[in-house]
Amino acid sequence: MPANMSSQALLDVRDLRVSFPARGQMIPIVDGVSFTLNHQEILGLVGESGSGKSVTALALMGLIDAAGVQVTGSVRFQGQELIGMPQKKLRYLRGKEIAMIFQDPMTAFTPVYTIGWQIDEQIRAHERVSRKQARTRTVKLLGDMGVPDPERTANRYPHQLSGGLRQRAMIAMALSCNPSLLIADEPTTALDVTVQAQILELIRSLRDTHHSSVLLITHDMGVVAETCDNTMVLYSGRVAEYGPTPALFASPSHPYTAGLLASIPPLDGPRPLRLPAIAGSPPLPQNRPAGCAFSPRCQYAHTACTIALPPYVQTGADHFAACVLPQEGKPLPPRLSDATAQEHFQP
Amino acid sequence: MKTSATSSPILEVRDLYKTYRLPRRQELKAVDGVSFSVMPGEVLGVVGESGCGKSSLGRCLLRLAPATSGQIVFERGDITHLPERTLRPLRQRMQMVFQDSYASLNPRRRIGDLLAEPLKVHPDAKGRKRSSAEITTRLHELMELVSLPITALARYPHEFSGGQRQRINIARALALSPRLIIADEPVSALDVSVQAQIINLFADLQKQLGLTYIFVAHDLAVVRQISNRVAVMYLGRIVEIGDTDSVLHTPAHPYTAALTAAIPRPVTGLARPVPLQGDVPSPINRPSGCRFHTRCPYVQTRCKQEDPALHAIHPNGHEVACHFPL
Repeated sequence: MPANMSSQALLDVRDLRVSFPARGQMIPIVDGVSFTLNHQEILGLVGESGSGKSVTALALMGLIDAAGVQVTGSVRFQGQELIGMPQKKLRYLRGKEIAMIFQDPMTAFTPVYTIGWQIDEQIRAHERVSRKQARTRTVKLLGDMGVPDPERTANRYPHQLSGGLRQRAMIAMALSCNPSLLIADEPTTALDVTVQAQILELIRSLRDTHHSSVLLITHDMGVVAETCDNTMVLYSGRVAEYGPTPALFASPSHPYTAGLLASIPPLDGPRPLRLPAIAGSPPLPQNRPAGCAFSPRCQYAHTACTIALPPYVQTGADHFAACVLPQEGKPLPPRLSDATAQEHFQP
Repeated sequence: MKTSATSSPILEVRDLYKTYRLPRRQELKAVDGVSFSVMPGEVLGVVGESGCGKSSLGRCLLRLAPATSGQIVFERGDITHLPERTLRPLRQRMQMVFQDSYASLNPRRRIGDLLAEPLKVHPDAKGRKRSSAEITTRLHELMELVSLPITALARYPHEFSGGQRQRINIARALALSPRLIIADEPVSALDVSVQAQIINLFADLQKQLGLTYIFVAHDLAVVRQISNRVAVMYLGRIVEIGDTDSVLHTPAHPYTAALTAAIPRPVTGLARPVPLQGDVPSPINRPSGCRFHTRCPYVQTRCKQEDPALHAIHPNGHEVACHFPL
């Protein structure tokens, strides 16, 4: 990569819209999402099921090919526009420059070939190397990912490995061509917490040692707090809030973020008698209310919220929220001070 | 909730084993010698990672799967080997709620029909068949208990969100006024904001109706929120059991300590603990001695040879299966 590009964002997404046809109508599942991802940054994309986080990722990769789907907006990766790029060119980028790992490593690998064979194939698809050279790299990668006895493991089939090892093997495959961007869609959701901790540590080390950027998609706010530099919260296909992770967790600016954080049962400190739940459930994309999509569930909702889309306003350094409250001079109170955060962890 | 010392446990489990036979003469010991008791009005949380036997345990307790050996005593009666006919009336007093709210409901039947079924099958307290008027009254009561509108009764399962469907499952479990409810991961398929509503509902119903729960889950934070006592399972056995605060704040088993430390907190700037190495060993070939010794940071020679028994370490009933408790 030329040196002059380092100041430019790796990925620049502007007004991304993905609409699916249903009953003669176009339903916008992703409705105007914009963000940038810098070099060596881990960006967390959080939201509940149906918030559009996986569809966003698939659209970035050009992997949505269902009939009649409309993808509009702009996705610039290293300065190249991906939307509308011919499949052949996209295919070259995929795997080499942008790689993706999924929640379920069992379905991402084919069961009929060994792990090593599949990683070798990926390397040989993108680079002119011999089988032997490819295998040497595969074994080294597996070793780097913390797979014990990588030479033997490379000769095993996916079903012979544990969930944690399969996920490591999938990350090894994703990294085999040194991609500059790794998209990880719920990479630890199917794993046990003790194994999840190992995989999250591995993802953090990718940023530090491989200088990769990671778009981490998850529903778990704990995973985001531990792993991501910046966080983007999606609600009903739109960005509710974006900010540096410490700022967003210490003082969320959008009532949805605040409500989501409050409804997580705490592990430390006093137990609340009742959890502060958010009433109701997210709207279906075809029944999104006018104005702010969160307004029917929001305790601060008022007339202004139901008329027009809320403005996307800055609430701090590189911190934005799609909410009318900051402009009305009524920002949310901070969630935690540093002192209470420490107290929470050490009861 | 404190129960008086004179009352007897609603459920007592003694040395329960559940072994599945596999091809090539292999055996999977899903539940490997578990004993505990639950007092009326208590909420016992059972936590552990996948494959630790927590779901098998729940299913054995309700006789949905036959236990290989051991004893299950429900309201002072041994139900381990009761024939299905004798067990049936007892089933009214113990019910289960499962993880998959959609798979638990017949998609082709209306909610009202689904909820009326147990009321039609089982006679009332006086042994009489319930009249349709009685059933309708009960259905309305149930809808109110789980905060759903009466109109929901005429609709089909697919018309509801995941959280609403779990409310319907809870209503069905409550239909016959059970004393004990075993809930197996009842909120883990739900989004966080909805999960909090259902946890609150479980807690409210428990207080309102004086229910006893065995709440099986992998999420320690959820279990902590709802339970008075917690049992931590690892490879088929309870490795630690006691008061919720005692077990989670002053864990005595290195596994419990590692598990609580490994959960990512929704707070930034915390020091990260050193993660536990390796995976949970296969329950088919579980390690000799203490089953946790392959991953334990404090392992000693004795741990590899001798299987530690659950023993009390505090007068409040905190028990641990470790040779060298923390």
